[in-house]
Amino acid sequence: MRRYLEIYGIMFRNSLIREMNFKANFILWMFTELLWFVGQIVFIEVLFQYVNRIGDWTKWEVVLLVGTHQIIGQLFQAFFYVNVANLPELVRTGKLDFMLLLPIDSQFAVSTRQFGMDNVVNAFVGIAIVAFSLVKLHVIPHALQVLLFVVALGLGVTIHYSIMFLLATLSFWIVRAQGLIYGYFNLFNIARYPDAIFRPGFFRFVFSWIIPVIVVANVPARLLMRGFVEPWPLLLQLVIAATFCAGMSRLFFRFALQHYSSASS
Amino acid sequence: MLSSVRPGFQLRNHSALAAFAVGTIHCSTNRRMNLAKYAKVFDIGLQNTFVYRWNFLLRSLFGFVPLAGTVFIWRAIFAERQQSVGGYEYHSMIYYFMLTILVDNLVTPTEDEWQIAADIRDGLINSFLTKPINYLAYRVSLFLSYRVLYTVVTLLPVAAIFWYFRDYITLPRDPLTWPLAVVSLAMAGMIQFFVAYSLAMLAFWILEISTIVFILYSFEYFLSGHIFPLDIMPAWLQGALQWLPFTYELFFPIAVFLEKVRGAQLWSGFAIQTGWLLATWFTARMMWSRGVRHYQAVGG
Repeated sequence: MRRYLEIYGIMFRNSLIREMNFKANFILWMFTELLWFVGQIVFIEVLFQYVNRIGDWTKWEVVLLVGTHQIIGQLFQAFFYVNVANLPELVRTGKLDFMLLLPIDSQFAVSTRQFGMDNVVNAFVGIAIVAFSLVKLHVIPHALQVLLFVVALGLGVTIHYSIMFLLATLSFWIVRAQGLIYGYFNLFNIARYPDAIFRPGFFRFVFSWIIPVIVVANVPARLLMRGFVEPWPLLLQLVIAATFCAGMSRLFFRFALQHYSSASS
Repeated sequence: MLSSVRPGFQLRNHSALAAFAVGTIHCSTNRRMNLAKYAKVFDIGLQNTFVYRWNFLLRSLFGFVPLAGTVFIWRAIFAERQQSVGGYEYHSMIYYFMLTILVDNLVTPTEDEWQIAADIRDGLINSFLTKPINYLAYRVSLFLSYRVLYTVVTLLPVAAIFWYFRDYITLPRDPLTWPLAVVSLAMAGMIQFFVAYSLAMLAFWILEISTIVFILYSFEYFLSGHIFPLDIMPAWLQGALQWLPFTYELFFPIAVFLEKVRGAQLWSGFAIQTGWLLATWFTARMMWSRGVRHYQAVGG
């Protein structure tokens, strides 16, 4: 464990140095992400010109939800996104060989090569929006609620990572997997909608339990806003979902490695 | 939400295709031969995409998840509101989004700009500079073949969606609407392509174009009618949007088909769309000729 922390520390430092070499790029990425986020807020603004609530969600509750999704999404992108998105390329070019030869866990080696600092900045924007929504809602969360919220964020990041990693692992068979990266964005597109809009049925079941994108941001948001009502069932669902996804992606990666026949060498 | 595909994550295998295409095409100034060589490029585009059919299929399938989200959110909103939203009923709203999916599949470039930028960055366009092939025409041929294939691949799921929501479909009353919508759709596709092409040309000057591409995409996404029909936006915004190219990349053809724009508005809309088509075409050509002058043929 300590060795992995040390290795991660070195990778982290390297990424920062690299990032600072391309300052303009860093600022532009930050700006791009911010633009998307502003767009989502505008979306909510327009929707709530026509209604006062969606299901049991008021406007500022939905803003809080989008802010929460922003935090989770950006943290995932900061730690893992570039690395996972590069996996198909590693497979296609055969560069994965070098990662497999390293005397550390392959999944760890593949997943932690780069760190995106700009995303951390954007995660803070998400935190600011969440805080602002809480003020608007006149909700002062209990310390325990904040703690549960943070734990839930971590579980959310785990779900993001696992699902995208699973998709990227498919590249062992289908080689060009850019479509799968789009798949990730398309799937998590519905994560920022209030859960109340999804009526019970096949769709809701699949996207709450099998591909749990509906719970990713909704559960933490609910914990923070109304955590005192029923925190444990919500958190339990998130824990189950995250464990399931992480386990599946791990197993699938192991399975894929057994089928790996390097590209070039 | 689609955002940030990072540097270092772009198409590379296109290189083989470019080399092959140029290698097999014989030089000729003859007009018929000219057409034949671009037809060949079209064919190669089809084959190249087919090599990675799974990527293609999965990508188009995942594209439908956001539509489900859209249906759910509007259902909830109409259930709450119990009346129309800016002239849309629940049915016509869903129909609008079905049409955006259809138009997207038909005319929105998917990977063209990344491929072009990679061609430039990796020095692959050298082979185009020395051979009698027009790079823009070459790219348009590839774009068309990608669109045809994409449309064919997505035909089944799109048909399934339209069948599922078949009660929401309303066809134009005026038969003249059909050709008008088709023309507008074709122009929308070409505007989108020329914008993508011009952006990719930036690779002549800067190494990484992805940030700029994504900034423009954000505007396209929010202002062209992907997240809502533009006519439910606040009036002041609609007034400004009418003059911007984004409207004519997606919303306008759909509005024509739905017969939402009529009479004088229709013709002024077409005039502005034609204006943007010419403007983006000239920009695309200008960017290429300026870029080539600046080009240093790295790698290759």
